[in-house]
Amino acid sequence: MLLIPCPYCGPRPELEFRNAGHAHIARATAADDQGWAETLFYRDNPKGVIAERWRHFSGCGRFFNALRDTVSDGFLASYRVGEPRPAAPPPIPEGEAPRIGAGEEPRP
Amino acid sequence: MADPSIARTAPRADPPGAGALVSLGLVPPATRFSFRGDAAAADGCGRALGLALPRVACRSAEAGDRAVLWLGPDEWLVLAPEAETVPLFAAVEAALAGVPHALVDVSHRQVGFAVLGRLAPALLNAGCPLDLDLSAFPIGACTRTVLAKCDVVLWRRGPDAFRLEVNRSFADYLAGTLRVAERGLG
Amino acid sequence: MSGQHRTPRGGRIDRARPIRFTFDGHVYEGCHGDTLASALLAHGVHLVGRSFKYHRPRGFLAAGAEEPNALCTVTRDRARTEPNLRMTQVELYDGLDAASQNSWPARGFDVGAINDLLSPLFAAGFYYKTFMGPRAVGGTTMWAKLFEPVIRRAAGLGRPPTEADPDHYANRFAHCDVLVVGGGPAGLAAALAAARAGRRTMVCDENPEMGGALLTHPAAEVDGRPAAAWAASAVEELRRLGATVLPRTQGFGYYNHNFVALTERLTDHLAHPAAGAPRERLWQVRARHVVLATGATERPLVFPDNDRPGVMLADAARAFLHRWGVKPGTEAVVVTAHDAAYRTALDLHRAGVRIARIVDPRPRPAGPALDAARAAGLPVTAGGTVIGVKGSLRVSAALVARSAGAGATDHEAVPCDLVLMSGGFTPAVHLFSQSRGKLRFDAATQRYLPGDAAQAQSSAGACAGAWGLAAALDGGSAAGAAASGGEALRHAVSGDHPEDGGGTLGTLPHGRDPSRVKAFVDFQNDVTAKDIKLAVREGFKSIEHVKRYTTTGMATDQGKTSNMNALAIAAGALGRTLPEVGLTTFRQPYTPVTFGTLAGAARDELFDPVRRTPIHGWAEARGARFEDVGQWKRAWYFPVAGEDLHAAVAREVRATREVAGIFDASTLGKIEVVGPDAAEFLNRLYVNSWSKLGVGRCRYGLMLNEPGFVMDDGVVGRLALDRFHVTTTTGGAPRVLHHMEDYLQTEFPELRVWLTSVTEQWAVIAVQGPRARAILEPLVEGIDLSSGAFPHMAIREGAICGVPTRLFRVSFTGELGFEVNVPSDHAAAVWDAVWARTEALGGVAYGTESMHVMRAEKGYVIVGQETDGTVTPDDLGLGGMVGRAKPDFVGRRSLSRPDLVAPGRKQLVGLRTEGTAVLEEGAQITPVPDPKRGAHAIGHVTSAYASPTLGVPIALALVENGRALTGQTVYVPMPGGAIPARVVSPVFYDAEGERLHG
Repeated sequence: MLLIPCPYCGPRPELEFRNAGHAHIARATAADDQGWAETLFYRDNPKGVIAERWRHFSGCGRFFNALRDTVSDGFLASYRVGEPRPAAPPPIPEGEAPRIGAGEEPRP
Repeated sequence: MADPSIARTAPRADPPGAGALVSLGLVPPATRFSFRGDAAAADGCGRALGLALPRVACRSAEAGDRAVLWLGPDEWLVLAPEAETVPLFAAVEAALAGVPHALVDVSHRQVGFAVLGRLAPALLNAGCPLDLDLSAFPIGACTRTVLAKCDVVLWRRGPDAFRLEVNRSFADYLAGTLRVAERGLG
Repeated sequence: MSGQHRTPRGGRIDRARPIRFTFDGHVYEGCHGDTLASALLAHGVHLVGRSFKYHRPRGFLAAGAEEPNALCTVTRDRARTEPNLRMTQVELYDGLDAASQNSWPARGFDVGAINDLLSPLFAAGFYYKTFMGPRAVGGTTMWAKLFEPVIRRAAGLGRPPTEADPDHYANRFAHCDVLVVGGGPAGLAAALAAARAGRRTMVCDENPEMGGALLTHPAAEVDGRPAAAWAASAVEELRRLGATVLPRTQGFGYYNHNFVALTERLTDHLAHPAAGAPRERLWQVRARHVVLATGATERPLVFPDNDRPGVMLADAARAFLHRWGVKPGTEAVVVTAHDAAYRTALDLHRAGVRIARIVDPRPRPAGPALDAARAAGLPVTAGGTVIGVKGSLRVSAALVARSAGAGATDHEAVPCDLVLMSGGFTPAVHLFSQSRGKLRFDAATQRYLPGDAAQAQSSAGACAGAWGLAAALDGGSAAGAAASGGEALRHAVSGDHPEDGGGTLGTLPHGRDPSRVKAFVDFQNDVTAKDIKLAVREGFKSIEHVKRYTTTGMATDQGKTSNMNALAIAAGALGRTLPEVGLTTFRQPYTPVTFGTLAGAARDELFDPVRRTPIHGWAEARGARFEDVGQWKRAWYFPVAGEDLHAAVAREVRATREVAGIFDASTLGKIEVVGPDAAEFLNRLYVNSWSKLGVGRCRYGLMLNEPGFVMDDGVVGRLALDRFHVTTTTGGAPRVLHHMEDYLQTEFPELRVWLTSVTEQWAVIAVQGPRARAILEPLVEGIDLSSGAFPHMAIREGAICGVPTRLFRVSFTGELGFEVNVPSDHAAAVWDAVWARTEALGGVAYGTESMHVMRAEKGYVIVGQETDGTVTPDDLGLGGMVGRAKPDFVGRRSLSRPDLVAPGRKQLVGLRTEGTAVLEEGAQITPVPDPKRGAHAIGHVTSAYASPTLGVPIALALVENGRALTGQTVYVPMPGGAIPARVVSPVFYDAEGERLHG
C-alpha cells in the first residue's frame, strides 16, 4: 500500500485516495476534432517519472498533483492544483537508499 | 405546531455496548453543520460560533459545548448541541451576509460513536490505517479517513477517547465491524 | 513415553507435559513444545507422505518453514480442516488429529506410485506437451477421457474443507519506527538496539519461541549466559521496553513504502481455543525502517534418490536434536560441503547417534570443524560423493563413492538409517527481493546477497551473509542502532564457530545412467536435475521459462530449498555463470496465507456495508421484498395475501394512478450547491441553463461526461439565488459528487461555490397520484399546495408534521406528485403520518419495481438502464434540453465529435408487441426475422415490462435511426423464434402530460 503525500494532510495511506489519471492535460475545447480526441483519449504510458492527479477522497477531499516514478512507485513531489509541475528531482545517487518509504508517518 | 410524536429516531445502529476492553456507544443527537469558505469567511463563522476555526490541518477547536473540526483547507465540521440548529445557523448566516461561503445543515446526515478505553486505538486500527499513536495523532486531532469499508470522521478527545462520525446508513455496518474487531483485541 | 528416539534431557520441550495426538489414525504421545514433525521423529516415523507427481514416499527434509515434503491436513471438525500445513510448523496440542496427504490407500502402499514407474510420461513439460500435442495424443478427446481424470486424481496437494470457515480472523494496522522480521540472534539484537533507543519497535518470528539459532546451539554462551537464556532475557527486556513482540508470526509480504504484511497464528496451537477468539491476525505494518533478519536456508545436495525418507538437511537434524530433544536416527551418514554439518555430526555423536561416515565432496576440506570430527574419531571421506541410497520407505544405506570428474568410483554401501546433507546455506533474501532491493551475486561464496536497498531497510545476520552467532548478534545490533540512532553493541560469544564455511551448488557426480535416476531439485513439485537439463536441451534459455516449463520453484514452498540448485544446474547446462542466468522473481507470500486472514471481518453481513433508509423498518414490517441497489436495500414491492411480483406491481401501479401511492426515495443522491456562483457552476456541469431558473422552481438536469455521453440526471431545485438542491441517481451519487468536485477544483477553481452531500440528511417520501395533494394537505404547514401557488416543477420550504421539509412538486410516475424531503431522523414518523392518510384514502405504498414500470409507461429514462455510457442527449430524444447558447459545459465540445453527429446512431424508441409475452431486457434487435449468423444487430431492448395501465407489454429500446423507423416492424430474435415488434413513441401513457398538472 502506497504512502501518498497529500499537500494538505501529509503522507497518508493509499486506501484514502483515488487516482484521477494524468495531470496537466489541458481541456483544449477549442481544438479541432483530432486535437480534442487526443485530449480525451490519448495518453502516454512512460516508464519513469509521471505527473498524475490524485484526490484525497477519504481525507481532505482535495485533488492534487504528484510526481511518481512508475518503476519504483516512489513519490518525488506532490503539489496543489494550479501549481506548475516541479522539475523532476535529481536521480538518487548510486548506493543511496531513496527516502521513499522512509515511513514518514501520517502526521495530521 | 410541532407534533410531539415526531421525535428524532436514531438509525438502525445496534450500539456495540460496553465491552470488556473498549466501551462503544452512540452519542446523543447533535447539531452538525458543514461550513465551507475562505479565511475571511472562516473568521466570520468563528465570531458567530464563539471559537476560532482551526487553520491547521486535521486539528479541532472547542469552546463550551461547541466544536469545530478541520476537514479540509476550506471545510470544517461544526458540532453543537441539538437545540442550537436553528439559531446557530441563523447566527452564522447573519454574520456572513455578503461573504461568499456555504453553510449546510447536516445534523441528520451522520451519527456519532464514542469509543473509549485503553485499547480504543487498537480497536480502531482493526479497520483504520492511520497511525493512532499519540505522537502521530494527538488529542484534538481529527480527520476524515476510512474504517474498514466506510468513510468516517475520526476525532481524538483524549488518550483513550475517540469520536467517530459516520453517515447514518453506514452506522449499522460500522457498529458490526467494531463489534467483530473487539473480539480480535485479545 | 514420547518416543524411543527422544533424548533424556535438553531441548525446548517439557517432558513433564505429555500430549496425545493422532497421525493417520495412529495415536502417539509427544511433549509440550513439540511440533508434529519432532513428535513423529521421536517415534521414528520418517515416512509422512507421498510426493506430488510421482507419489514417491517422502519424509522430513527440513525442520521449519522451508519444509517441502511433510505436508499434512489437520482436522478439528468438518469445517476446521486445513490442508497443506507443514508438519514442521504444526504445534502439538492435546487431541491434534493430523493426516498425511496425497497417499492412497496408505502412506506405505500408494497406488499412485505407478507414476514413479511411468515417469518418462511425466517429464518436464508434460502438461505443455499434452495440451499442445497432436490431436490424436493430446487433443480434446484424449485429454478429456484419459489424461485429465488421471492427472486430477494424481495431482494436487490436500483437499480443502467443504464447509464455511467458522473461525474469526482479526486485522490490525500498525505503525512503528523499526520493524524487525526474524527473531533469531540478529533480529533480537536489532530490536533491542531500537527499543533501547526509545523507538517504537516491533519484532516477529515464525516460531513459537524467539531465538532462532540461539536455541540450537546449547554449547554457546552470549555475554556469559547460555545462548537460549540470553534470547529469553532479550524478549523479556523488549516487552518491558514496550516493544511489540510477535512470536508465531510470519512476515510474508514486503510491499511499497515499507508496508509489510505479517500473519500471526493465535489459536492453532491450542487444544481448546476460547470460543470466538480470532484464529489468526493479519498485521499490516508501516515502518519507518525495516530490519530483515530472516536467516538462511540450508540447501539439499542433489544426488540420486536424495528424497528417500531418512534423507534430511543436516541443520534440520541439529534443530530436531537441540530444539526438540529428538535423535532423527540411530546411524547417520553425513554428506556435506559445509563445515557446519561436521559440528552437527559431533553433536549427534555425543547424543548417541552413530556417525557411520562423513562424506565431503570438497577435494581437500580442512579446518577446525574437520579437525574436531577427526579428533572424535568420526570417519571422513574427502573428495567423496553419494551416488544413491538404498531403501524406499526409509533409507537403509548410502552409496558412497569417490568423485572422479563427472563420475564416481569405488562405491560402497554404508548402512545407515539417516542421511544428513548440506550443500551450504542460502541467505533468505525473499523479503528483501520483494522490497525491490537489488540482489548482488557474491562470486567468492556463490551466494546472492542483499545489495542496494530500495526502501528504508537493512538486512542483518545470515540473510545478509553473516556467519556465526557473534556476527549475527553484532550485525543485528548495528542494523538496529543505525535504524534508530541507538547504540550498537558488541557481544561476547563463546562456542561460536565463525571460521566455518563452504558450500556447493548443483548436482553431485554419480556416474549413473542419467535417464534412469532421479536426483531431486524441487521436492514439492517433483522436479529433478534431469528435468531442468531437458528443458535447456529443448531450447529454454531464460530461467523464467525454465521455471515455468519444469515448474521448479513453483510449489507452495516457492523453492526455498531448490531455487539455487535449479539455477546452478540450468547455468551449467547453458554454459553460463549464475549471474548471467539471473534469478526468478521472489513473490509474496513467503509462506501460504489462509484466505480467512486476508478476508478478515469482511464476510457475511460485513462483507460490504448494507445501507438502509430510515423507512426500511416500516417496509420490513409490512413484508416488503427488497432488492439491492448498490449497497442500498430498497423496497422492491409490497406483496399482500400471497401476491407475486407481477400481481403486486399491477395492484400498486393501478392504485397509484387511480388514487395515490407513496414511495421511499431516500436513496436518491442529494447535493447542496451553495455560493454566489452556484448557478454558473451548474451551467457548466449540466447541459441545461440554470441562470434564469427562478427561486422556488425546479428543472430536470442532464449531466454529461467530457466525451459527451449521459452520465447522470436528476431534478434540481433552486432554494435561493445562491443555493440549489441537486438530486442524482441512487447509484450515481458518489460518482457525480466526485465528478463535480473534480471540475470545481481543477477546471473552474475561480467559481465561489461549494458542494455538500446531503443524501443522508434528507429522507424522501414520494407521494404520487391524483389524491397526492389530499394526502399532504392536512400535514403540511406554511406551504400552499394549490396548483396555482405550487405548480409542477416547483420547490417550497415549510413544515410537515411539525418538522422542516423541502417539498418538491415533481413526478416520476406521470401523475400529480410531490417529493417530501424531511431530516432523516424524522422520516419514520413522517412516513407513518403520510401512510395513515394514504391508507385512509385508498392508496398504497409501492416499491422500486412499480416505480420502474410507471416511469417506463411515461418513457422516462433511467441512467444506467436506457444509457450505457455511449448514449448522447440526442440519442435519448433529449437534444432539445441542451443549452446550445452556453459557451461551455462539460461534454459540449464532444457533442460535435464526428462519431456523435454521424448518422445511424441508436435512438430511444418504444416497442409494442402482440400477445402478453414481455421482451427480455438486453435482447438484440434486427431488421429481419431470420438474420444470418453474425449479422449486425440494429439495437437492443433496454427496459421491458407488462404495463398494468395499458394492459399490454411495453418496451424501451435503443435502435439505429430508431425515430425514423416509427411505425415499422423490427424483430427480436429469441430461441423460440423472432418476436416482431412495432416501433412507437417511447411515451406510452398520457403523452400530453395532463395528469401531471392535476
